[in-house]
Amino acid sequence: MSTPRILAWVAAAIAVAALLYAPMVLRSYGVYLLALWAVTTIAALGLNLTLGYAGQISLAQGAFVGLGAYFTALTTNAGLPYPLAFLGAGALTFAVGWCLGYPALRVQHHFLAFVTLAFTTLVFLLLRNEQWLTNGIYGINDIRRPTILGVATGRNVSFYYFALVMLALFTFVQWWILRSPWGRAFVALRENPLRAASLGVDVRRYTLMAFAIGSSFGGFAGALYAPLVQFIEPNSFQLTYSLKLLLMVLVGGAGHFMGPFFGAMIDLLLPEWLRFTQGYYLLIYAAMVVVLMIFCPKGIVGGFVILRDRLFKPAPVRRPDQPAGGTAAKPSA
Amino acid sequence: MMHTLRLRALSRRTALGALVAAAGLLALPGLSTGARAADDVFIPNIVELSGAGAVSGTNWRDGIILAVEELNAKGGILGKKLNVPHLDTQSDASIARAQVQKVMDDKPYVILGPVFSGSVLVTMTQAQQNEIPEIVGGEAAAITQKGNPFVFRTSFGQQASMPKIANYIRDGLKAKSVAVLWVNNDFGKGGRDNFMKEMQARDIKVVADVSTESGQVDFAADVVKLKNANADAVFVYTNEEESARFLKEARKQSLKGAMIGETTLLSQKVIELAGDAANGVKGHVGLSADAPVASLNEFGQKFKKRFNYANDHNAIKGYTAIYMIKAVTEKIGKFDSQAFAKALHGMTITPDKEPGILMEATWDQNGDIDRASFLGEVVNGQQKIVEVLPKIGK
Amino acid sequence: MSSVLQLLASGLATGAIYALIAVGFSLLWQTSQTINFAQGEFVMVPAFFVLVAMNLGLPFPVAALVGIVVAALVLGVLFKHVIVDPMLRHGVLPLVVATIALSLFMREAVKDFYSAQAQPFPSLVADRDITIFGTVFSAQSLTVIAVAVVVVAALHGFLSHTRLGRMMQATAQNPSVARILGIPVERMILYTFLINAVLCAVASILISPIYLAKFTNGETLGLAAFVAAVIGGFNQARGAMLGGVLLGVLDNLCAAYVSAQYRAAVPLLLLVVIILFRPQGILGRAEERTV
Repeated sequence: MSTPRILAWVAAAIAVAALLYAPMVLRSYGVYLLALWAVTTIAALGLNLTLGYAGQISLAQGAFVGLGAYFTALTTNAGLPYPLAFLGAGALTFAVGWCLGYPALRVQHHFLAFVTLAFTTLVFLLLRNEQWLTNGIYGINDIRRPTILGVATGRNVSFYYFALVMLALFTFVQWWILRSPWGRAFVALRENPLRAASLGVDVRRYTLMAFAIGSSFGGFAGALYAPLVQFIEPNSFQLTYSLKLLLMVLVGGAGHFMGPFFGAMIDLLLPEWLRFTQGYYLLIYAAMVVVLMIFCPKGIVGGFVILRDRLFKPAPVRRPDQPAGGTAAKPSA
Repeated sequence: MMHTLRLRALSRRTALGALVAAAGLLALPGLSTGARAADDVFIPNIVELSGAGAVSGTNWRDGIILAVEELNAKGGILGKKLNVPHLDTQSDASIARAQVQKVMDDKPYVILGPVFSGSVLVTMTQAQQNEIPEIVGGEAAAITQKGNPFVFRTSFGQQASMPKIANYIRDGLKAKSVAVLWVNNDFGKGGRDNFMKEMQARDIKVVADVSTESGQVDFAADVVKLKNANADAVFVYTNEEESARFLKEARKQSLKGAMIGETTLLSQKVIELAGDAANGVKGHVGLSADAPVASLNEFGQKFKKRFNYANDHNAIKGYTAIYMIKAVTEKIGKFDSQAFAKALHGMTITPDKEPGILMEATWDQNGDIDRASFLGEVVNGQQKIVEVLPKIGK
Repeated sequence: MSSVLQLLASGLATGAIYALIAVGFSLLWQTSQTINFAQGEFVMVPAFFVLVAMNLGLPFPVAALVGIVVAALVLGVLFKHVIVDPMLRHGVLPLVVATIALSLFMREAVKDFYSAQAQPFPSLVADRDITIFGTVFSAQSLTVIAVAVVVVAALHGFLSHTRLGRMMQATAQNPSVARILGIPVERMILYTFLINAVLCAVASILISPIYLAKFTNGETLGLAAFVAAVIGGFNQARGAMLGGVLLGVLDNLCAAYVSAQYRAAVPLLLLVVIILFRPQGILGRAEERTV
């Protein structure tokens, strides 16, 4: 194994150990925030799949989290067991995401961004206006936390471990998807749709698939969000939230497996780190994102990859026209 | 070929990322709120400082800042200085919940805020679990209907203000039909729902029910609807700027019927922005720096001097919240959160004992507030008070 | 009937504002593939430049000019050189994110350093109502319509009837060919950024007496400009004008006759339909896709 690889595996082990150990040193607030981080990361992972790997801009991920959260809150309140509600939230958002993928077949790039933006606003309006179903602007209060395999998740610590297990599960699913033929097809679509089609990739099917899977990650995240916060309202799932998720993915590094983990962490913890600046943290965050995009448009992980490539020579590449770092190693400033 | 290469790169990147993740996590224990001086009183304020609630939130915060500065300059409460950090909910319930969780870790004496009703509902559950009193700025009826003994209002809930408006429409205006124009957020919808209930109870027909968006600029369509409804009175329940734009449009299209409002519609700001179009507006005035109460006017001037803008009712709510804490604490003679909540139920604070409360107020068993309010009218660009509505308890 | 006319009149005034903002938005897109998610904030901010100038003691007309010039420098030149140029070669996405962050930055900066409260703003004309054929117009909205029409017409004339304008159009249509023809492409792109900034500043001065100067103003305006630009045709200044007016009128008619609670949905549904069935917009030309 090469030096960076060994270093990296050690680091991964430390990271996992730290996440497991965190509740022992953190107080209730820190644990809640970490749980929120785990949930947000799942949603960002999904968006990274749609956007980072399959190259489809989506401004609808926040709406999918909302759909998942509302589905879960409504069905569990009606008596459905939580695991079924959880799966249902994923299935619903998978189906809706599949349908939203259809416009992606016809239009791309900014037009797709506009279609998904419209979708987000429509979902908000439905959640707000259809009071008979969603309780409208008042939101749904007192959502109960589930009991999973006999373990009650009422306390923040137990819910945190539940969320962490879910994050691990979805991380594994993502990893599995990416190394499956599907994942390769997604990347081929992003890199060059025409060539992908000529190589026999069913563009239509895989575009819809990328959208549907990415959206269902959002739905699952929503199914966790509802019992975590125990209150949902339409305002939480407005366009701002989708933009926030988009920012997380790009700040972390779109198309990088670890990107969403960092993006979500920065978004949630930055107010904490910048507490000494009083009320100015949003201003500073915004400025930092602009600067990051100017100097390192591949996001934080992309920046590390470039840094790593400079520090350690990349592994010898068999074909000179295929740079080892994939997109990340393409020449950039 | 390409795929294997990509995958190798992927796993290496993954692992490298993990390195950074570990570093990030190591920074996590820094999440504690930091050391505090032991000899001050911790009263965190959790409020909307960015996002949709930023305007109400900054008013609420600045009212609090003003009161805290005054108190600390005089030595604080019972000889202890107040430590009031301001935490931003970003107008989002999930963040509000996180913030309340955070301050609970540091054993607050009382917590202040938020203003958005959704965020209040989330945070007050936490307050109840930790048995910490929460003084809120929210006006939704639901807040005090959950039997939570730790939540207290700083202004009328909508279930208290709407009957006053309704009585006025029935007895003062003798209107047989009424139209409602409301802003479709939790403030406006809550007000509209309570108003509808009161109208039904009084057999007054609601002939138009018009929802508007917050930040709306063009009210032509809404006024057209109201014109077609031809109601005796139009009840307007929106924020200041929207109210002013609506009044201008209503004048432009010569909308008939009396314009009735609750606090905001008769505020000095709306009168300033709407100009002549505000003349003739009538309604109920709760907390307002324009009310005919010397202490409120003085507060308005003090506030303007300190922050260089005119306050709205949220600033008064924040300001009086701090003086509520002072009065209750001095009464119980110690910093005891549970005793605080017990003492405030059924308590009356009067301005001659505690000038900072601005107007005499009483809190009932639910945490609802009772205090005098006014019926007013806009005449020649000035708010004129026609009648004082005494406290219900009197 | 009179109420329908009234709705059309109001919609026209709102639409004219959307059009002004949308025109600059589509210009930027044409010449530099910049989707400016901060366009709404570009309209919100110049009003504050003017207010700051007035606080320094300048009379309103001078302050307005200062505001336009500062806007041209900051939102035109600075925006292009500091943010757009370094990012363009990395594709659309980093720029989208950077402009989203920029919009957040501008909102927060105004809120933190000026005020969270809506600020009154001096009006170009007296606040009066004028009745034409039984329909009431406010003098302010008539001014808005007049200025918008003149500005867009002048811009259209400039783009298609002057040498410089045609050079800019050539740059928009095909930068590489334009370069071969000896057109200073870089400078042409800079001009479009300047034009956009000036259009935004003009829109800002026109609307602020009605909207009041407030840090949140950009949110709805930016979205409306996108929608107007797409509906009318992304690659046509005339199209953006049509899109803006259509949007303003449609919004009013829907609020009155369909559903007020869903009034925000109707333009978006129209947007989706247009994108799916006529992606080049109502007046736009089909673009050759370079996949």
